[in-house]
Amino acid sequence: MLNYVWISLVFVSLVVGAVNGTLPEVTEAAFNMAKTSVSIAMGLIGVMALWMGILKIAEEGGLHRFLARLLRPVSKRLFPDIPHDHPAIMNMLLNLSANWLGLSNAATPFGLKAMEDLQRLNQNSKTASNAMVVFLALNTAAITFVPVTILAVRSSLNSVSPGAIIGSTIVAGVCATVTGVVAAKLLEKLPVFRRKADVTSESVAEEGK
Amino acid sequence: MAETLKILVEAVAEYAIPVILFSILTLGVFKKVKMFEAFVEGAKGGFEVAIKIIPFLVAILVAIGMFRASGAMDYLISFITPLTDLIGLPAEALPVAIMRPLSGSGSLGLVTEIMETHGPDSFIGNLVSTMYGSTETTFYVLAVYFGSVGVTRTRHAVAAGLLADAAGLIAALLICRLVF
Repeated sequence: MLNYVWISLVFVSLVVGAVNGTLPEVTEAAFNMAKTSVSIAMGLIGVMALWMGILKIAEEGGLHRFLARLLRPVSKRLFPDIPHDHPAIMNMLLNLSANWLGLSNAATPFGLKAMEDLQRLNQNSKTASNAMVVFLALNTAAITFVPVTILAVRSSLNSVSPGAIIGSTIVAGVCATVTGVVAAKLLEKLPVFRRKADVTSESVAEEGK
Repeated sequence: MAETLKILVEAVAEYAIPVILFSILTLGVFKKVKMFEAFVEGAKGGFEVAIKIIPFLVAILVAIGMFRASGAMDYLISFITPLTDLIGLPAEALPVAIMRPLSGSGSLGLVTEIMETHGPDSFIGNLVSTMYGSTETTFYVLAVYFGSVGVTRTRHAVAAGLLADAAGLIAALLICRLVF
């Protein structure tokens, strides 16, 4: 589906650009964004390395087993395919908590590490696993207890009460999250979205050791 | 009340990361982890992951950049306006709703502009702040997270993510009507 979204975005842009006479701007935007992408990735290298190093210490210290036991009641419902003491659980929890606290610098490394774990369980398939979709639904719906960026903008515009929106943001985030997870769980059963049977359950059993 | 909240928010921003670092390192000491070796071993992966996501970042950011620059985004907004009028979403807030899943900086720009015009404490200022805070840049996250592990068939991820965004935006509108 990302495929269709992507090709529609590019195609529509070119057609509209031609009709509107904005093709030069379209071309310029394409080159600028390509450059921006690389600077984003470059900026990520150091932070990624830092957090992945710290995560390795956490993993060897056994933090993932502790957190996994703590989260067992929730995680076995959300992620029935993931062995209960797998490091994926810890990395997903760290990613989500970083999101909740508005620590976006820490969230991405944790999240990418979690995807790596999930992909190992998925036997490096090119097709997304159910667990991945549930995780990304949780991630993109994003409950934020401390919406750092928006608080900063409001303060800079001399808001009387920058934090007034924290309550409403949490409630809206909870609605989004519940909807996202329910949607992920229901849609995974639809024939259109069902994955082919070749790589599923046996891979999970093997990784669980 | 507002003061306590401010102190709390600042405390989280200031101490969350040091506390996480301290806790994990303390755990390492107690469990006698070979810290330096473990750190370096883990950190090696950082470079690899950052490089691996470049093609996916380029693909998604270029497409969205082109879409905005061509003026197609404006057409999309005027196309959807009748729908959002039905649920009573203010016209100025609609671009934020559409931009949010696509571009973080783009939607933040819109939110800032709206708050500059109407004031951050106006109804619409509070509404767009709530909208911004309660959803994520879905397409960016999906492209980068799936891209980093080489998953190309994303199945129902886009649908679930967009449904979550829609629910978040509608919830933001309802709750803001209630409290502001």
